[in-house]
Amino acid sequence: MSFPWAEQYQPKNPFMQWMDSRLPLPRFVYNAVGAGYPVPRNLNYFWNFGVLAGAALAIQIITGIVLAMHYAAEAGVAFYSVERIMRDVPAGWLLRYAHQNGASMFFIVVYIHIARGLYYGSYKSPREMVWLLGVVIFLLMMATAFMGYVLPWGQMSFWGAQVITGFFSAIPGVGETLRVWLLGGYVPDNAALNRFFSLHYLLPFVIAGVIILHIWALHIPGSNNPTGVEVKGKQDTIPFHPYYTAKDGVGVGVFFLVFAILVFFMPNLLGHADNYIEANPLSTPAHIVPEWYFLPFYAILKAFTIDFIMPAKLWGVIAMFGSILILFFLPWLDKSPVRSANYRPTYRWFLIVLAVVVVLLGYLGGASPTPFIIGLTQVATAYYFMHFLVVLPIVSSMEKPLPLPNSITEAVLKGKGGTSPAHSAVAQPAE
Amino acid sequence: MATVDQPVPAGESPAQDGDTLQNPRRRDYMSIGAVAFAGVGAGVIALPLINSMSPAADTLALSTTELDVSGIEPGQSVKSTFRKQPLFVRHLTPQEIAAADAVSLADLRDPQSLADRTKAGKSEWLVTLGVCTHLGCVPLGAGEGENKGPFGGYFCPCHASAYDTAGRIRSGPAPTNLEVPPYEFTSDTTILVG
Repeated sequence: MSFPWAEQYQPKNPFMQWMDSRLPLPRFVYNAVGAGYPVPRNLNYFWNFGVLAGAALAIQIITGIVLAMHYAAEAGVAFYSVERIMRDVPAGWLLRYAHQNGASMFFIVVYIHIARGLYYGSYKSPREMVWLLGVVIFLLMMATAFMGYVLPWGQMSFWGAQVITGFFSAIPGVGETLRVWLLGGYVPDNAALNRFFSLHYLLPFVIAGVIILHIWALHIPGSNNPTGVEVKGKQDTIPFHPYYTAKDGVGVGVFFLVFAILVFFMPNLLGHADNYIEANPLSTPAHIVPEWYFLPFYAILKAFTIDFIMPAKLWGVIAMFGSILILFFLPWLDKSPVRSANYRPTYRWFLIVLAVVVVLLGYLGGASPTPFIIGLTQVATAYYFMHFLVVLPIVSSMEKPLPLPNSITEAVLKGKGGTSPAHSAVAQPAE
Repeated sequence: MATVDQPVPAGESPAQDGDTLQNPRRRDYMSIGAVAFAGVGAGVIALPLINSMSPAADTLALSTTELDVSGIEPGQSVKSTFRKQPLFVRHLTPQEIAAADAVSLADLRDPQSLADRTKAGKSEWLVTLGVCTHLGCVPLGAGEGENKGPFGGYFCPCHASAYDTAGRIRSGPAPTNLEVPPYEFTSDTTILVG
């Protein structure tokens, strides 16, 4: 579906006409990301991050396919095959650093993409399905990233696998059996490494498939915009191509600048030195931490230290998964009909507090578990859940939103970007 | 739709008669039967796929470990492996035994006495897996000079679970005591684990 004023695909070239009547793939692309997709005219740069996430996935798939030609998924040699990629394979260091930092870039842009959705209410009706599919993509990304981190078979790889598969042993009754089945042994070993490699190769293509569904679902109502006001007519939109292909091109350029700085000047900034030590099942590193993008969830896992009806360990695992699964209910927890936080003065502050709490949880997830850190983690974890279960429903029922513009065009003509009714500043980022 | 026993004359729509709950059409019966058969077949084929991910025979074969403990002095521990998992064998000192026996079982998260966790007459030998019951890290305390934690037994550096001199959980997030694997003394100085 598209707006009735969407430009129609009319191939001039006889070959393209022949093609269009047999396999209308160019028409599909034209309507999806070409001139045939009308987009609100007031999108700011936060709307770049979906395309950037797609670019990051493409980088991961391309570098990953080539890396797999050099990598050996066997516990005895996996670590050395990665070292060989770094030292002996031509440009191997570049491929591996690009893949390693590409994962971080993927998570950076996806976290900003999620924050954009939270701030501008992109999860609300009629875009719930876009949001739900997005959370599915996020979960698949986490699984893929975790299994990829195990492959170099360093100390953090091994102990990360031990800790994460240990989550399943918290399930009452079948937990330990399930853990042994997942690992194919009692500890992470060759069987686990091989199946993780198999799935690490598979899941990115599953992600690509869900991204197609994500975009399909997006194109039914069309893109949200900084005012959150629905498109009223042709004057509110411009074609995706060339306007937003150009705008996204700017973002892609900046993305590659940041990516290049990471890869070429600080390739190990976001990694752990311990992972350059080969896996040793008899020696736990003094301080096990996951990759930075899992730290907030790791903090939530660590927040539970006291048995209460159920064992603390089970609480921690439930809370950690729950902190992501709760996002599936977000479209129905936030009852406010106003989408954009620019017009929600109270909610806006709570959202900024949430962003600070998530960043704080990220810090706490990597800190040593002293009593003070654990106490602070418990407070922050409690707030995280409070935001969704208590703050959101209360704020959305009590808050008096600011007056919305009548249309996107009116907002744009009143002030640049039309992001705020009171002043013409560009929207503040949620994070 | 036409069936052999109910031919439909040319030009007429397929017969709708008999297509009721009381008298289902034969073709429905065959369709449901065929699809159900294929479904059961798919389920049966999934079983070996799922089962192939269970521990393989060579992994299960590593299920016994024999250890000579004669060289372990009181207060010392050794790390070995059992099913590729770390195994701690600890020679407790009389003070450590006394400390473990002094604890009231009611104060424990996973109530077990030292006697429950050791062999009769061999209560100075504590044999446990070196796998924290929280998320599977190797606790410290078995090696020379390692942090034994606030209860003098083992201390897990991952999430600060502390075990006492009987390997029982005393503080931190771990739910149960360090696991005592099945083992026996085959002589005064050798144990067979598994």
